[in-house]
Amino acid sequence: MLTFDDLLVFVQKHCSHGEAVADVNATPKAVKLPAADLLNVCHALHQDPSTYFDSLSCVTGIDNGPEAGTMEVAYNLYSIPFGYHLMLKVAVPREKPEVDSVTGIWKAANWHEREVFDMFGIVVKGHPDLRRILMPADWEGHPLRKDYKQQEYYRNIKVEY
Amino acid sequence: MPTDQIQYKNHPGSLLQSEPNKLRVEDLRSEEMIINLGPQHPSTHGVIRLEVLMDGEIVREVVPHIGYLHRCFEKHAENLPFNQIIPFVDRLDYVAAMNCEHVYAMGVERMLGITDQIPKRVEYARVLMAELNRIASHFIAIGTYGMDIGAFTPFFWIMRDREHILRLLEWASGARLLYNYMWIGGLFYDLPVGFEEKCAEFIRYIKPKLKELESILIDNKIFINRTANVGVLPLDLAINCGVTGPMLRASGLRFDLRKVDAYSIYPELDFNIPIGEGRVGSVGDCWDRTWVRMQEIHESVKMVEQCLQKLTGDHKRTRDFDPQALVPKKIRPKAQDFYIRGETPKGELGFFFRTDGRNDIPFRCKGRSCSFVNLSVLPEIAKGVLIADLIAIIGTIDVVMGEVDR
Repeated sequence: MLTFDDLLVFVQKHCSHGEAVADVNATPKAVKLPAADLLNVCHALHQDPSTYFDSLSCVTGIDNGPEAGTMEVAYNLYSIPFGYHLMLKVAVPREKPEVDSVTGIWKAANWHEREVFDMFGIVVKGHPDLRRILMPADWEGHPLRKDYKQQEYYRNIKVEY
Repeated sequence: MPTDQIQYKNHPGSLLQSEPNKLRVEDLRSEEMIINLGPQHPSTHGVIRLEVLMDGEIVREVVPHIGYLHRCFEKHAENLPFNQIIPFVDRLDYVAAMNCEHVYAMGVERMLGITDQIPKRVEYARVLMAELNRIASHFIAIGTYGMDIGAFTPFFWIMRDREHILRLLEWASGARLLYNYMWIGGLFYDLPVGFEEKCAEFIRYIKPKLKELESILIDNKIFINRTANVGVLPLDLAINCGVTGPMLRASGLRFDLRKVDAYSIYPELDFNIPIGEGRVGSVGDCWDRTWVRMQEIHESVKMVEQCLQKLTGDHKRTRDFDPQALVPKKIRPKAQDFYIRGETPKGELGFFFRTDGRNDIPFRCKGRSCSFVNLSVLPEIAKGVLIADLIAIIGTIDVVMGEVDR
């Protein structure tokens, strides 16, 4: 039975681009890691027989606002055979937000990542089918950004109600 | 502002500009064609558009287009206090609103750290409502599924029986579908006087009706021939795609968050988790998914009975009981990231909250909806099936578009 500290050490071992730090305030407990290491860490967590995170519950995009200058993506992993929970968080700069796609590991990520792209404009590199998912394809802007201003007209329809 | 001008003028390319096809006509082989199914079609269970690449009768590829019912839940949630989000949560899965409320209220209570102070009577009433609503939701799933593939009578029977549940829920909360009944820290009202008796009467009424339903639909030879071995979802694919709920269980994994996470008072209740056994075909086919839902109705009936026993026994109605006693005046959780999940009729409903500790409104609130994830498996299992079977498969995924699009 691995504790959170074991999982933290496991993640740190697979990080080569920077430090992975714990966020124990989060529920389930979270690990913040560099965006460049995400794919590597996820692959290891999925493949290693001692962790075996076989299911990806949720991918959440978060915009910290223009003052903070960062956006975050949170991944909620769950291991069905062991019952482990883990949250991974990566921060990306607001000017050029990019994360690697984990669709190759969990197919569940496919639509979640499209939603993150749609709502936050975070480009998911290596995604097989990166299109908008909820908003129309010709919608302007990414609605869940904190500084989002909706367009005045969409196809001659006034957007403001 | 009212205007006498024409606001919207349709032109033929509108649809394809706002939601272009993924497949291109130039790439097709000579015998292939693209069929557009939906967004308005009775068998798509709401406004979902499917772009289907056909080779004669055979489906080669399915591309779902969603978002037609997008009502900006997450954007609204970033501008509303926690208690005012509950009506929006109702509108996620509008055929199982009680279950959505239950998960949401539980999540905020855990963030506030008041979970263990909630009175038992409140918890039992919540689970009672949630399980009644689960029965109603599975009724819709099974009834409309029967109608999709040509069995019309069960739909009417089910609608008749579901109405009894909706009347009960309406009596308690004042609304037929969108209840706003479970509040953070308590309930809107205690159960109305006489509710327990009426509910027990309903349980007595429904039991033989379930037998009837099973014999007319589930065990019906035509139904079995139509659904067995159709749309088989292998377990490894189901887990990898994040599929949850009856769909995952029909693929053969005994995984139910009510048992796994043991939240609320579920550990005190006695119930089984039915899984797909491949009785008439292979494990994880359309028949298994319907059968698992049917068995879950039986389990829910058992749970309702146990809740009623507790609500008239150990935790019975008292004159001074106030279900709103613990409802916090100010809901301000400390700064944290929080993910909560719970079992709704469709699967794992999760909420991701980020709070900053200075506001009554969440900094970010994401709904991880089960139908959204379950629907994303459709292109995987619909490859190589007949077009009529595609309809049969959509029905067993049991999508509620309100939850898919949020």
